Amino acid sequence: MAVPNKNGVLEKYVKKVKFTLFSPEMIRKMSVVKLVVPDTYNDDGYPIDGGFADTRMGVIDPGLRCKTCGGSVRTCPGHFGAIELIRPVIHPEFAPMIYMFMRSTCRNCRRVLMSKEDADGLVDELMTKDELTAVILSKVKKVKKCPFCETEQTELKFEKPTAFYEGEKMLLPTEIRDQLAKISDDDLRLLNFDPEYSRPEWAVLTALIVPPVSVRPSITLETGERSEDDLTHKLVDIMRINQRLEANINAGAPQLIIEDLWELLQYHITTYFNNESSNIPPARHRSGRPLKTLAQRLKGKEGRFRYNLSGKRVNFSARTVVSPDGALSINQVGVPEYVANELTVPIHVTDWNLNECKEAVKSLEHPKAVYAVTPDGKRRKITDANREEILTELAFGWTIERQLKDGDVVLFNRYPSLHRMSIMSHAIKILPGKTFRVAPSVTTPYNADFDGDEMNIHVPQREEARAEAEMLMMVQDQIISPRHGHAIIGPTEDHISGSFILCKDETEFSAEETADLLTLSGIYEMPKPDCKGGRYSGRLIFSQVLPDDLTANVKSKIGKSGASSGMVEIKNGKLVKGYLEKRSLNSIIEIIVSQYGAERAKRFIDTLTRIAAYVITVKGFSVSLQNYTPSKEMQKKIDEMADKADREVNAYIMQYNNRTLERDPGKTLRETLEDKSMDALGNIREDLSKTLESDLGLDNTAIVIAKIGARGSLLNVTQMSGVISQQVVREKRLHRGYRKRVLSHFKPGDLSAKAHGYITSNFMRGLNPIEYIFQSMSARESIVNTAIRTARSGYMQRRFINALQDLSVHDDMTVRDASGKLIQTVYGGDGKDPMKLRKVGEELATPVAVPERE
Amino acid sequence: MAEKIDKKKDLKITPGEAVGVMAAHSLGEPGTQMTMRTFHLPGVVEIVPTGLPRMIEIVDAKKIPKKPIVTIYLDKKHSKDEKKVKEVARSIEEVLLNEVASFVENFSKKQIFIRLKKDALDQMKLDMSEVKKRIQEEISKDVDMKHQRDKVLISGKKMPLRMLRKLTNKLKALHVSGVKGISKAVVTQDKDGEWLIMAGGWNLEDVLARAEVDPKRCYTNNIMHVYDLFGVEAARNAIVKELESVMSTQKADVDIRHIRLLADAMTADGEIVSVGRHGLSGRKPSVLARAAFEETVKHIINAAIHGEEDKLAGVTENILIGQPVPLGSGLVKLTMKAPKK
Repeated sequence: MAVPNKNGVLEKYVKKVKFTLFSPEMIRKMSVVKLVVPDTYNDDGYPIDGGFADTRMGVIDPGLRCKTCGGSVRTCPGHFGAIELIRPVIHPEFAPMIYMFMRSTCRNCRRVLMSKEDADGLVDELMTKDELTAVILSKVKKVKKCPFCETEQTELKFEKPTAFYEGEKMLLPTEIRDQLAKISDDDLRLLNFDPEYSRPEWAVLTALIVPPVSVRPSITLETGERSEDDLTHKLVDIMRINQRLEANINAGAPQLIIEDLWELLQYHITTYFNNESSNIPPARHRSGRPLKTLAQRLKGKEGRFRYNLSGKRVNFSARTVVSPDGALSINQVGVPEYVANELTVPIHVTDWNLNECKEAVKSLEHPKAVYAVTPDGKRRKITDANREEILTELAFGWTIERQLKDGDVVLFNRYPSLHRMSIMSHAIKILPGKTFRVAPSVTTPYNADFDGDEMNIHVPQREEARAEAEMLMMVQDQIISPRHGHAIIGPTEDHISGSFILCKDETEFSAEETADLLTLSGIYEMPKPDCKGGRYSGRLIFSQVLPDDLTANVKSKIGKSGASSGMVEIKNGKLVKGYLEKRSLNSIIEIIVSQYGAERAKRFIDTLTRIAAYVITVKGFSVSLQNYTPSKEMQKKIDEMADKADREVNAYIMQYNNRTLERDPGKTLRETLEDKSMDALGNIREDLSKTLESDLGLDNTAIVIAKIGARGSLLNVTQMSGVISQQVVREKRLHRGYRKRVLSHFKPGDLSAKAHGYITSNFMRGLNPIEYIFQSMSARESIVNTAIRTARSGYMQRRFINALQDLSVHDDMTVRDASGKLIQTVYGGDGKDPMKLRKVGEELATPVAVPERE
Repeated sequence: MAEKIDKKKDLKITPGEAVGVMAAHSLGEPGTQMTMRTFHLPGVVEIVPTGLPRMIEIVDAKKIPKKPIVTIYLDKKHSKDEKKVKEVARSIEEVLLNEVASFVENFSKKQIFIRLKKDALDQMKLDMSEVKKRIQEEISKDVDMKHQRDKVLISGKKMPLRMLRKLTNKLKALHVSGVKGISKAVVTQDKDGEWLIMAGGWNLEDVLARAEVDPKRCYTNNIMHVYDLFGVEAARNAIVKELESVMSTQKADVDIRHIRLLADAMTADGEIVSVGRHGLSGRKPSVLARAAFEETVKHIINAAIHGEEDKLAGVTENILIGQPVPLGSGLVKLTMKAPKK
């Protein structure tokens, strides 16, 4: 492990890790104790010498000392022990390898069944070593006669997990071990084995390595009873049988009994390594729960690799509910006092901050130092008793651990972390209350809302970490998403509505309101009034937020008098004309980021957000039931349109029954009918939303919020005021239920729209019971689909990340993986950063230029 | 006010950037929002999966997609005329003997009686003797075949009954005309008003052999077939194209560079490699990285057997043992000595 020295600098790195087999000699050499007692603690609760809790293997009880290294629970890393197996036993996980060796070598002389010339003939420079081995093995499989000693090869059978048969005869581990030992080093190399590190006979165990107690700690229950780890249980079993086997052999017991015990020993060792091997019953605890042995500890999502090594538990973190605070900057996070009191930042004492540090040590309240670390690494809790002493000693080389205070940078994270914007750094602001507070604008990258979501903070503990957090991970640097190069942080909901109000011709403010608005946003200069009576226009106020010399034209979804597209024109930092909505606001943010930098864009978002929120409170903006109530004429139109679709379908059904319906190519007549009906019923929804949009118009706030992208969609409005329209299950109208009908309220074979999920009610009027059931059918499907989709896409994401995580851009712009394999000669084909390309009007997405060959 | 930044600022990617993770995030994150909905290609009868299922299919490097489609453009002489295109579409569709003949088996006499449907053959513009010849070629020599006008009698005296049924099934599936594996050809118009054929199946190889076809513009969504026919580079482009279309139909805005990176990673070895345990992740040189992904025990055991070494060059390996990762700022080796005092 990379261990930082006392200055926190990493000096030692692990360069490589090698995996090998242990030889029995090695096991004996590295073991500190030969275990002989199948037990752990004696009646006094003290470890038995030679038992599985022998203190030479390390200690887990506080107060005891390790007999090997003299360390305590905290300092002793643990030492291995060993069991001498009285008879060799096959390591179950290596059995397939043993089978491979037994089969591909001569039954008599144990040479690989292939002459040297043949093997050399197979060598192909393009083949990897693994591929070559695979070719040799497939050839050797078919050899019937040894090319060296001309022995006929008998058939060999392998039965999982550990049984080998030569013909009818079962091979004993002793025989197998002797046979494997005969294989020469050269032959091993031929099969891509390194005899120095792995000899096949080592896979037949004669000594069993026993992990230290710290790997299998026992736990003491409240009753004072000790409960041993699953591994210890298994080891005790192995030792018991081993001793019984020894006793029987010494007593000259019949061969049959010895073999039975031997097999039992094999079973215990097999389950010790893997309690899920096929063909054998898993070893169970007294309660019937299968034991968790070595393989189970490593495997799977809750295994050592994925649970403890790929993901680690950390200190200096906190978790609580998040709630919004419109006054915060996007770069900030509100941290409750009780969290700030608990978390600390290490501050290295230098000549320049000595006084600050002394202040912190002196202080009795909030940003106080909680611990002081001496130059030789001793941590001392600062108490009233030692405060004075520490103050006098405090100097360069010390470190104090100070409570969080305003401005400290922390990482803020929400699960699931699907992209890199799921963890960003924020400067903290200590606030009363019990929740983390965030600016509403940063909910998008975290995909957070405030219905009870919880989020985590992490406090960086080293200078490098803090520097990275501040320089690379601040929210302002993530405004543009690397996914598409567009802004992902920007005004939401009310901010958009507020900005829209500002763009209206009739929006005017009095001098008092204007002053309020601008001071609230940190602008202290009053512009010249531009409306009659010394009043200020909304556009003028919006212009105050823009950079002074910004000139830009951006597209808008809203045009003059409700037209569906227009332009927003900004000249020299003044909003000249046009209506702002989500897309145009985001475009402006993108332009500011690329021309003025992230810092300016952050300020734009912060001030705009505050102003817009104020505007919306002063001017008032809301939706009510009235917004969803169509006029009488409109209601008539809606009913007519709903009816029209119904009639259209009926017309198709008529044609279908008369056989006059024209069959679409490749479909049956019935399928044609279904498709035509679906089309007709699908179209009405679109027609209706258009009609509603023009009827209710831009004076209707419900339509406004949908069109400007603040909240909701036209479909929502249609379903509330118009008709809910066709319900769908498996991309078809509803069909399942009773025979030839969905509900018993219809005649069998009724093909009409209303019998197959067409709902003419809306959410304002309410649904009738039949419609209610229809709606539930399709709602249920979509809920099930969502559940399935999250699981599937989560796994896909994991695979993507695992497959691509090592790829990086090198100094020569090539993309390579960890081993240096070339993936792309120029990143993305043009070496451009997707984040830096502002794609407004696509002018920057230039086609790929193929470099000339030299 | 802040100073204006130079517009022509460097748009280049920063060396060391973890572009792989960036691509993985960018492609994976929209997955949660994608709909399971299948999608009607205009004019195509088959419902082609898009969205998440299709995306998974592409990155799994499936041999055959769930709904393979060929898009066939014809040369200028044909493509303007709907009738001519329809004519070609008809001739491309595969016709099996079953569709133009009726079968009767007589097990006691061990005979198969086939009656060719004349009107069906005429409609397909097929020659009866040609079909008979095809039948003759298909059956083995120890089977007898007699024919008269539209009747064909096959008798296999020495055959066991089971083989007789097998032969019937074989004959039913006998390829009579058209292109093997091409079904449900539909003629549609592209946005420029040119007529083209869309059909189920992927046998581009035989489609391209047709004279009327414009070989430069034909396409199939079966990426593996593109690989077999045209090689890796074409396959890479096919992956990019298919992923792009998934993303655009789902209205997920993803930069093309991320898609290209994934496609290049999948094809860097000269063949299409899937994303996952049998592909990219399973081929990593690092034991620890493989063990941390899937099949933990298997990888560790094999590593021990062969005395494998982990050079700790990748991301997971270094996280596992608690070291900085060799990406981005983790690549920088610069350290400063603390001043002595």
